Amino acid sequence: MLFTTFTLAVRSIRRHLLRSFLTILGIVIGVAAVVTMVTLGQATTAAVQQQIASLGTNILQVRPGQGFGRGGGGPRPPDFEQADVDAVREQIGGVTAVAPQAQSTATAIYNGANWSTTINGTTNAYFQVQPWNLTGGRTFSRAEEEAGKAVCIIGNTVRTNLFRDTDAIGKRMRVNNISCDVIGTLETRGQAGFGGDQDDIVIMPIKTVQRRLTGNRDIRLMLVGIDADYDSAQVQDQLSTLLRERRRIEPGAEDNFNIFDTAQISATLTGTTTLLTSIVTAVAAISLVVGGIGIMNIMLVSVTERTREIGIRLAIGAVAREVLLQFLVEAIVLSMLGGLVGLVIGQIAIALLAPVMQVPWIFVPQINLIAFAISAVIGVVFGFFPARRAAALNPIDALRHE
Amino acid sequence: MAGAGSVAPEPIIRLRGVTKTYGDGPTAFQALKGVDLDIARGDFVAVMGPSGSGKSTTMNILGCLDVPTGGEFLFKDVHVETLDRDQRALLRRKYLGFVFQGFNLLSRTSALENVELPLLYRGDDKKVRRERGMAALEKVGLDKWWDHTPAELSGGQQQRVAIARAIVTAPDVLLADEPTGNLDSERSVEIMKLLTDLNRNSGITVLMVTHEPDMAAFAHTVVHFKDGLVERIDQNHRQGEAV
Ligand SMILES: Nc1ncnc2c1ncn2[C@@H]1O[C@H](COP(=O)(O)OP(=O)(O)OP(=O)(O)O)[C@@H](O)[C@H]1O
Ligand SMILES: [Mg+2]
Repeated sequence: MLFTTFTLAVRSIRRHLLRSFLTILGIVIGVAAVVTMVTLGQATTAAVQQQIASLGTNILQVRPGQGFGRGGGGPRPPDFEQADVDAVREQIGGVTAVAPQAQSTATAIYNGANWSTTINGTTNAYFQVQPWNLTGGRTFSRAEEEAGKAVCIIGNTVRTNLFRDTDAIGKRMRVNNISCDVIGTLETRGQAGFGGDQDDIVIMPIKTVQRRLTGNRDIRLMLVGIDADYDSAQVQDQLSTLLRERRRIEPGAEDNFNIFDTAQISATLTGTTTLLTSIVTAVAAISLVVGGIGIMNIMLVSVTERTREIGIRLAIGAVAREVLLQFLVEAIVLSMLGGLVGLVIGQIAIALLAPVMQVPWIFVPQINLIAFAISAVIGVVFGFFPARRAAALNPIDALRHE
Repeated sequence: MAGAGSVAPEPIIRLRGVTKTYGDGPTAFQALKGVDLDIARGDFVAVMGPSGSGKSTTMNILGCLDVPTGGEFLFKDVHVETLDRDQRALLRRKYLGFVFQGFNLLSRTSALENVELPLLYRGDDKKVRRERGMAALEKVGLDKWWDHTPAELSGGQQQRVAIARAIVTAPDVLLADEPTGNLDSERSVEIMKLLTDLNRNSGITVLMVTHEPDMAAFAHTVVHFKDGLVERIDQNHRQGEAV
């Protein structure tokens, strides 16, 4: 009986292709939308988290001035000095390393190719406070740092633009008027959500940059690494007290420096993307429901249209539950078909959209399963209940139905 | 089997005081007011009467497509009025064939598949269905048209497919409600010859509603309805002279 029913169901689907197609359409759209949106939402979250991880989560960024968007009037607050860096490292508990930074822009030239890039003067502590591995070569030696030697470690963008496929390590390139040896190459970090290409960079010892590029001993930024066992808020307080003291700020006066906790922004960003994902998921869920309503409409219309057919089947000896089973199988086959097509279209959409949105391609099995299950349930419920009403009719009433 | 003049006395169908009321309350309408009727096995019965006299109502009850409001309906000594939906469906499947005025074939479905459908519900396998389906189509002279859909067949052909569908299960009783109502007289005579043949040579008891005396002339017994009651029953001793 089940095989018979299956035969009848498939036959009926094939005989009414347009109706079947319209029925499927709602589910296809709903499932594809849910899968695509939720997956891309999660991919975005993953991308943001990846960027946050590349910042290093337990870092305080310390800058002169009063934070983002302020400054403006008044004299510019003084930059930090090497002594501040040493004091922070030595006097505050929980600080693992402090990387000073002096930045400049310069043109790097090698073998006729030139490339304008950011020069970052720092120390080896830079590689300690944040995760950034070398793909080749080495970091600075102590002697190179102290003497301010002309050595550099280059980001991937600089490497590909100047050296193409050749090995950069050991080559000598020109940075403005400095002739410097490439001693290391950095692994790719990719596009930062905030602030362009992170790989477009040349890292040199801070003394080299200060002496030969910026021409002063100022430090514009300190990256302070914090031991994971310490409370970053407490470290922040101590750091603030120390810097106020060193910069001779009167009690009651405002700080003329700011401390930026990356752990905080990572929490904020994660929160935002999670919220975004939930909103997108809700929108997608609505489209699934709308798809379901579409199916219900088609099913209702087609059952009205098919009531006579149900009457004929009953009249020639079908038992009501056989007719019902046929409709149920039809609904299941259609909604599963719709679900599968929706999943495939969803995957295609993800594959196409992920690169455009600059998020990684990911496959989330749960959402595929859930969307598929919901589509099956919707199809069955909306396909089955209208049919049940028709099959409950007296055969003669079903036959008379216009 | 039973033919003209040798009708077996044993009734296959008995109606006793059958009533049918449509609707309820003040709009209720009593279409049958206590019908008593015996149909002998092997008989060819024509049901006649003015419009609204309850012919179709009676046929639907006899075809187990509808249930009486009161009275008794015995089919092969089974009290049909006590059966539930599914039991009535099984009765239809096993013993009854129904032909409608409006053909009632499944659209977009070939003649053969339409004819095979009752066998499918009966659980016959594909080979048996094919054989019996084709045999039934052959009997109505449409075996060459087996793969045509209703839309590709004339009205007379469609009705013949419907008859093939009704007889494919070799039923005891064939019920036809105005089978020629939508056909011209030439096509009608063809259908009547077919029914006569089925009655004589396949031993099927035939009950047919008709408005036309010409068609009723093919029957052996003519039942006249009036106002929801059987008015009189005539035996037609010249049955088949038209054939
Ligand atoms: N489903 C129904 N609901 C209400 N009244 C009905 C229904 N079916 C039939 N009737 C009424 O019952 C009466 C008998 O109807 P029936 O169809 O049996 O007549 P009939 O003898 O077949 O007439 P006709 O020759 O026109 O086909 C009619 O008055 C009709 O209006
Ligand atoms: Mg009628």
